Amino acid sequence: MNLFTIAYKSIRQRALASSLTCLSVSLGVMLMVIVLSGFAIVEKNFSQNSINYDLIVGPKGSSLQLILNTVYRIGDPVGNLPYRFYREMQDDPRIKVSVPIALGDVTEEGSFKIVGTTTEYFKIGYAPGRSFKVAGKSFGTAFDAIIGSQVAYQNGWEIGHKFKLVHGGAESDHVHDEEFTVIGILAPTGTANDKTVFVNLEGFYLIAGHDKPVREAVKQEIEFFGNTSLTEEQIAKIEKAEIEEAEAHSAEGGHDHAHHHAHETPEIKKDLTAIFVQTHKPIQAALLEGQSRRGYRAQYVNPIRPISRLMNNIVGNIRTVMFMMTSLIIIVSGVGIFVSIYNSMSDRKKEIAVMRALGARRQTVFSIILAESVLLCLTGGVLGILMGHGLIYASAPYIERSAGILVDPLTIEPLEFILFPVLMVLATLVGFIPGMTAYRTDVADALAG
Amino acid sequence: MSLSLKNIQKSYREPSGNRLPVLDIASYELERGEQAVLLGSSGGGKTTVLNVISGITAPDSGSVTIDGIDITKLHEVGRDRFRAAKIGFVFQTFNLLPAFSAVENVLLGSTFANRAINRQEAASLLKSVGLDHRLDHKPGQMSVGEQQRVAVARALANRPVLLLADEPTANVDQSNQDGILKLIREACVEHEISLMLVTHSQEVADQFDRVDQLSEFNRAGATTS
Repeated sequence: MNLFTIAYKSIRQRALASSLTCLSVSLGVMLMVIVLSGFAIVEKNFSQNSINYDLIVGPKGSSLQLILNTVYRIGDPVGNLPYRFYREMQDDPRIKVSVPIALGDVTEEGSFKIVGTTTEYFKIGYAPGRSFKVAGKSFGTAFDAIIGSQVAYQNGWEIGHKFKLVHGGAESDHVHDEEFTVIGILAPTGTANDKTVFVNLEGFYLIAGHDKPVREAVKQEIEFFGNTSLTEEQIAKIEKAEIEEAEAHSAEGGHDHAHHHAHETPEIKKDLTAIFVQTHKPIQAALLEGQSRRGYRAQYVNPIRPISRLMNNIVGNIRTVMFMMTSLIIIVSGVGIFVSIYNSMSDRKKEIAVMRALGARRQTVFSIILAESVLLCLTGGVLGILMGHGLIYASAPYIERSAGILVDPLTIEPLEFILFPVLMVLATLVGFIPGMTAYRTDVADALAG
Repeated sequence: MSLSLKNIQKSYREPSGNRLPVLDIASYELERGEQAVLLGSSGGGKTTVLNVISGITAPDSGSVTIDGIDITKLHEVGRDRFRAAKIGFVFQTFNLLPAFSAVENVLLGSTFANRAINRQEAASLLKSVGLDHRLDHKPGQMSVGEQQRVAVARALANRPVLLLADEPTANVDQSNQDGILKLIREACVEHEISLMLVTHSQEVADQFDRVDQLSEFNRAGATTS
């Protein structure tokens, strides 16, 4: 019979108190596992692995807002870029791929964000080494749409489903008349793409109000480039078409846009929320980023940097606070074990004396008490880790549905590996004083008592 | 010679600071396999004698030699090891561990010795004391007589050379008393174990050939147990 068996028997003798103290440790460890794994999952979703572009190009403004809006589809756009700028980027030899992104509007059903883009978006993987898997077709006609997995799941949409958009955002009550048709459904990616509806960029501009009046567009172009690409004659021609279209619109009662869709939107009237860019070499991305910092007209943002800052400055601090709180809970649980064992010592003096009379050394009875503490702490630790990961596993589908974050229940934070040595130290600390009480037991007195 | 006490003196410090002599034994010997009763009244120092012999309590002076080894020359750890290997203990209140089954209590008797027995051997010992049907019962599930039988089996688990029994029948009824004594004595004969049994009961003492009155050779005449 080894010391751990003897310790286990003593623990079982005090089953209720032992179970409660063990449970308190396991709850503390479970909370810590949830905190560590939870933040690891968040970091993973917002890390370098979550985007496959070197730069996000957008109008001047908050870089964090630009990334959150265009990559993670959170919050409002910073502003718009002229479409001509996208054309110029296509000609830039440093740039390997540039994908136009236009944000605005949400679906009428479920309020999922609408992103106008091109088929190029789906050719580039959503993360390094991970490519989009589309069930269905890619964009063919202007009013084609490809939807994320969560959109399909939550709205119950299938290929061929037709839907309308709400102008501006969920709080708006203006529903566009144009109907888009689902022609493809993305496999789950665990990214914001799952909760996004992608529409053909051409169709996006054909929606009423999505193309700028030509005079306003020219003004913006001059502000941006310092000149305009159009002659006054070309401007007048487009303006004339605008007036004719408006007249036709009012004559038809304002709700038939068929004529509007008959022609292609002039490029001057188009703008973009952002351009996703891959460069040929990393140094080129760094140079472009530096160029934007020198007051250039658009900002070139490394998508990782603002998120890293956010993670380090805010999320990191929250993580530290949560980590400390859960550490305190574990320490308090340890104190619970100490109280439980220490309180039992007066009842167990005779047991200890009997063991000593049977030849157990002082160190042996000290070790038995320490083994009890270690068993309680480690059992609590193992239970806590299992409970923590079990809870993450159980809630993973819900988190994926509601937050669009891909949850890997087996995500193990390196800090979890330190838990067991830490629990061993805690067990030694809390078992030391009761162990010394056992060590110092006066055998003759205890046997006579 | 199995046990030899020479010039044993033991005293305790009183709250007043004075020393209270408890034991003052010039000489006491027990041959290998011999069975003796140490008869004495309560407070006569019977338990202190057993504690000194077993090495639980160190005497102030004198020597305690068991199986050729003077245990007073050993450090505490040495005395613990010696006790675990050579001495069996049967207590007045049995002192079985309540969390352990009968067989586990017997196993515990050899756990701290260098030659631990296995479950089969422990079960065999319990069978020898008539408890093969109670192997997995906890002390609380057994009668007083059965508990004392487990205590006897536990005392034999480390194959001792000397068995110390402290009023082993004081807490059992008359019907069990003779059975327990018979069991202890027969086990000692079978395994060639020397037996020192301390009691205040003349009735128990009458069953032994050798009866030593503690008051006759303990010159201290203390009033402690």
